[in-house]
Amino acid sequence: MSEAVIRSIGGPVLHARAKGAFRVGEVIEIGARRLPGEVIRLKEEELVAQVYEDTTGLRPGDPVYGTGGPLAVRLGPHLLGSIFDGLLRPLDGALDREALPRQGGGQFRFRPLATAGQALGPGSPFGEVPGGGINQLCLLPPQLAGTVESIAEEGTFAADTNLCTIRTPAGALREVGFFRHWPVRQARPVLERLPSDEPMITGQRILDTLFPVARGGRAALPGGFGTGKTVLQETLAKWCDADVIVYVGCGERGNEMAEVLHDFPSLVDPRTGRRLMERTVIIANTSNMPVTAREASIYTAVTVGEYFRDQGLHVSLMADSTSRWAEALREVSGRLGELPGEAAYPAYLASRLAEFYERAARVRTLAGGIGSLTIIGAVSPPAGDFSEPVTSHTKRYVGAFWGLDRERAQARFYPAIHPLQSYSEGAGRFASWWTERGNPDWVAQRERLLSLLESQADLERMARIVGKDALPPAQQLTLLCAELVNESFLRQSAVSPVDRFCSPERQTAMLRVILRFIELAEAALERGVAPQTIAELAILRRLQRMGEEIGEDRLDRIPALRADLEAAMADIEGAPRHAA
Amino acid sequence: MRPELSVQGTATAIEGPLLFLRRNVEVGLNEAVEIIGEGEKPRLGRVAALDETVLVIEVLESTGGLGLQDVRVRFFGEPLHAALGPGLLGRIFNGVGQPADGGPPVALARRLRIDGTPINPASRELPKDFIETGISAIDLMNSLVRGQKLPLFSGGGLPHDRIATEIAQNARLRGEGEGAFAIVFVGIGISHETAEAFRRAMQDSGALAHTAMFLNLASEPSTQRLLTPRCALTAAEYLAAEEGRHVLVIMTDMTNYCEALREVSASHGEVPSRKGYPGYMYSDLASIYERAGYVRGVKGTITQLPILTMPAEDISHPIPDLTGYITEGQVVLDKTLDHKGVYPPINVLPSLSRLMDQGTGAGYTHADHPSLAGQLFASYAKAVRVRLLASVVGRDGLTEIDRDYLEFADQFERRLVHQVGRRTLEDSMELGWRVLGRLPRAELTRLSDAQISRYIRPDREGKPHA
Repeated sequence: MSEAVIRSIGGPVLHARAKGAFRVGEVIEIGARRLPGEVIRLKEEELVAQVYEDTTGLRPGDPVYGTGGPLAVRLGPHLLGSIFDGLLRPLDGALDREALPRQGGGQFRFRPLATAGQALGPGSPFGEVPGGGINQLCLLPPQLAGTVESIAEEGTFAADTNLCTIRTPAGALREVGFFRHWPVRQARPVLERLPSDEPMITGQRILDTLFPVARGGRAALPGGFGTGKTVLQETLAKWCDADVIVYVGCGERGNEMAEVLHDFPSLVDPRTGRRLMERTVIIANTSNMPVTAREASIYTAVTVGEYFRDQGLHVSLMADSTSRWAEALREVSGRLGELPGEAAYPAYLASRLAEFYERAARVRTLAGGIGSLTIIGAVSPPAGDFSEPVTSHTKRYVGAFWGLDRERAQARFYPAIHPLQSYSEGAGRFASWWTERGNPDWVAQRERLLSLLESQADLERMARIVGKDALPPAQQLTLLCAELVNESFLRQSAVSPVDRFCSPERQTAMLRVILRFIELAEAALERGVAPQTIAELAILRRLQRMGEEIGEDRLDRIPALRADLEAAMADIEGAPRHAA
Repeated sequence: MRPELSVQGTATAIEGPLLFLRRNVEVGLNEAVEIIGEGEKPRLGRVAALDETVLVIEVLESTGGLGLQDVRVRFFGEPLHAALGPGLLGRIFNGVGQPADGGPPVALARRLRIDGTPINPASRELPKDFIETGISAIDLMNSLVRGQKLPLFSGGGLPHDRIATEIAQNARLRGEGEGAFAIVFVGIGISHETAEAFRRAMQDSGALAHTAMFLNLASEPSTQRLLTPRCALTAAEYLAAEEGRHVLVIMTDMTNYCEALREVSASHGEVPSRKGYPGYMYSDLASIYERAGYVRGVKGTITQLPILTMPAEDISHPIPDLTGYITEGQVVLDKTLDHKGVYPPINVLPSLSRLMDQGTGAGYTHADHPSLAGQLFASYAKAVRVRLLASVVGRDGLTEIDRDYLEFADQFERRLVHQVGRRTLEDSMELGWRVLGRLPRAELTRLSDAQISRYIRPDREGKPHA
């Protein structure tokens, strides 16, 4: 392989004189410790590379070795339930050994899905790794097809065993095992991209009902510090309706990773009854780890997501935070002396963001199955200013935008998603999904809520000028109803064992009760009941605490609550004590 | 270690804190050096940049008095290390870890690299044990837990120094581990008087016995400020790892640290990012703050309480902004409260402790602590909105419930946030329930019926619609 000699080093960037052919994007090994790096620029003899480790102690004259290949990661059945660094090197052998389809000492179970003589197309499964909640498939690499020459019997094999031999149409023999490598900066091929008309249920009322994200869609989660980005990302990772979660902590806190590692093994997926850790891959590059590996970690995570998608699974990728990744780009760009763009970010920031988000999709896999990769990226705008480059470029590429609001967060109103700043493009396409789940009125209900919240904002501005008392009764009632929607429906505690997850059925039931209250209250107002009287009804407190008091297994209490509501409202209709 | 290596007569330029040498020795990036001028005491430095012909050294002290001909540079062949050993507590050191109290050098037991090494996230334990600071607005509303990093965002003229001293004197662990508590107090670029006041306060209260102080004065060179927190944290890591202590590191003032970082970055000719601060300031701050934590297999823990003054009280300034993105919450001091005579003037709304859920509640503090804090936050946030409304339309434009909220806000600030002397968590909780009694029960939506009937008593003055 080619060699080079270091000429100078500054931070994570080095310049070297090449003695042989290098390629842009080629992985190199540096110095006696063989630190990993990647070539980013070539000019005649001169080679510029970024180093993925701390460069302390490197010196001019140290050797650089080429490897011939691009930055690639090893994909296989070892990923689920474990934690890796930005280059997919294990940070801890196995955290949750029992959960893994692994038989100590790096062994896996294998069950063949093909027989000798069978013809297999590119990306087809030839076997599976049973256990651990999900049967992981062993797929042929996308560029390989042929007939099965021989295949292993069902059994337990060492990780590096060759399981299957394929004879290609050209007559060559190729061996495949549990693992395959894939270059992280290249999207894995699919048969076709499919439209997505199905929401990815997150178990969060404000998201599923107001701002749903599609399976295979993209969502951005921007918010200043302390607005609850990370808690929301973790909540989504815990309860969203996906087969596999890839959680990438990019330039964030070490204690957050510790929290994920601590919580996930003990939590149970409400849909499958299996432990959450079994469906999770964690990629951690904390803020104090090398900045260049932070840049790579996003691509690593997407590649892992695509690997599971190609097995016909629904994958959700949580990236926290894409801003730190953009800052890593900026730092390396600055070291290279590139012309800075807006806020000193490199001019190619937007195209890099687009490349990343474009890898989310609902697809028909090479093997003919249907899989999806949904990307939810947190953004940390400096000073919470959504007009900064990372947020504004991200906005162009995502379908759902969940803006976090500092004022809500300060009142400990979580999730602090601002209903008027957030949006979900083309939410109407999910109507048929909700109809199938027994709620044909979803579109109308959603519009009702949004317009109610819109008028609340207008009226509060007005009240600031004329005083709340001066508002006409109908507007006072609107404020009361909007407050109820916020308090009882949009607020949802991530730490409450009862309310942290809300199924679509429960969301619909709660929403119907609330909308019925609004209907009845408006009718009462028509009959001359004062808003103040309605505000003092005891039933209101029960509605406000509905999420906390009526859990998933207590949905049968809803009719009783509704009956009490009807009775309470009928009562004031009969005797308007404080009629205006 | 290699045999001693030193060069003389190769210096080509001195610019600000940078010394340029012709490269004729084999040294690596970031290695420590000593710069020896004619008849002067040695100054510390490190290799900042390297290429085939030039060696750039960042001098960590003033370059005044150095000449190109007579300067001699001695290479250590390794990055900067601190020599640590038993007897750190009760001592006062300067910004680079040398004794500054006239005492003898510390006995050498371990040499540790002052930059530390990143903690593998998979080896971290979850921080969860409560630390009682004696301040209601922190203990009750924004609890500090062992292994957390919780900064204090202050402003000019606010009593952050007094709060820091009181926390250093009063902080304690509850239950086991109480005896193994230690404080590392770090002054970064502070004035001589402030340093003296800290020293005296710690000495007089007897708290110095379990404290190690590292003081870098405003008059000392700014390059040294980059080392002070690192030296102190290395000492804290020694206390946690070797002596099994739970260490609370109080660092004041991180703004001075960031100013030094900007100054040094500018002298290197780096491309500036926001407000002239270097683009890597986030990563650099992270390399300090992320040293807090609770590592599996290590008996002690490191908790950080950095203090920074927000330039022009602007929380969106890069220093508090980047800090807030790294630390696990923040405690914000407020000028308006200070003017009202509330001490400590902590504004609980923008304050936050991210790890509070993990260190409070049944098994840690009290089963009803989280709901109480949640209700206080919700009610106070609403009360502040009402106050804003009242400032425009006047009290008369408010509804009756809104007037209750106004009253609640005053009670909350005067009775709960304001305090004289330390309070236990139980005292703080008792006060919390009492001020909530000022509000109609129907407003307490974050409390269960059981909690209301158990704790909430109508306030003395009584209310029409309880």
